Amino acid sequence: MSINITGARILVSIPQFGGFMLTETVVTTWIVMALLVLACRFMTKNLEVHPTRKRQVIAEWIVTAVQNLVGDTMGKQYLNTWYVPLIGAMFALSAGCSLSSVVGAKAPTCDLSTVLGWAFFVFAIITYLKIRTNGPWGYVKGFAAPVVVMFPMNVISEVATPVSMALRHFGNIASGSVITTLIYGGLAGLSSMVLGLLPGAVGDFLSRIPLLSFGLPAVLSLYFDFFSSVLQAFIFCTLTMIYISGAADPGE
Amino acid sequence: MEETKLIAKAIVCGLSALGAGCGMSGGIGPGIGEGYAVGKALEAMARQPEMRGTLTTTMFMGCAVAETTGLYSLIIALILIFANPLIGQIG
Repeated sequence: MSINITGARILVSIPQFGGFMLTETVVTTWIVMALLVLACRFMTKNLEVHPTRKRQVIAEWIVTAVQNLVGDTMGKQYLNTWYVPLIGAMFALSAGCSLSSVVGAKAPTCDLSTVLGWAFFVFAIITYLKIRTNGPWGYVKGFAAPVVVMFPMNVISEVATPVSMALRHFGNIASGSVITTLIYGGLAGLSSMVLGLLPGAVGDFLSRIPLLSFGLPAVLSLYFDFFSSVLQAFIFCTLTMIYISGAADPGE
Repeated sequence: MEETKLIAKAIVCGLSALGAGCGMSGGIGPGIGEGYAVGKALEAMARQPEMRGTLTTTMFMGCAVAETTGLYSLIIALILIFANPLIGQIG
């Protein structure tokens, strides 16, 4: 049993266009996106004023849940803005990407590039909102608060925002995948060692089957694949909401 | 010359593994901090059970933010093991 811990596999590599590479991450992300779009299309087909179909009830429940989340975290004045669909889409994509590891794909969020892209997207929104709220000069002046000497520190802390968001999401998912791989490898090695102690052909046969790999990985997978994935998606969205409402509110 | 390079590589690899292990001691801090946060949240929940939902959400948020420093050390350890930049610097 060999233990392989690698990054995303490169499926297609084209030397032109500045060394374009199609990795597993991109393919899985596009599949997840396509599935989400299909699910949205399916659930919002033939909408009625008084829902009779199950799918419309589910769709309305999802929309209400996201609205409640945004209303509770950011404040009631943001209920009918474009932040609600943004947060919903972000949560669905993040959770869907992380949950794709359940079906055996390598989670796209295991790749730092994916989450760094999302974090820079959030950073762009925050910066735009800050400039819109305070004006360009107010934005620059905000860095010099409370005293001018703090300017470099404020710039660093501003840049650290997307980096820490991306590293938090990536680190949680990647550490889960590394630990799962190590547990599988360790249990397989242990079972081949223990069962190899049995005498004769029976021990030889049994030692090739990683019998101890049953059970424990399923419990761990429940935590790392389901709980941690959804929790990280939730935390990413909550942080986004906090940053956005902090940037959109004019300072006292 | 070849042998010197090999020894240099061995030293760098060994010390990188040691550094990765030592670096993961950065996991101690978030562990203590999160345990403290969860304990306080439990105390609050015992005092006011009706605040359970809000407390749980806030606690998870706080835990996630407190976890960041531990994750930084994890990423440094991962870099040292899987994508070591120091090995490339040997001649």
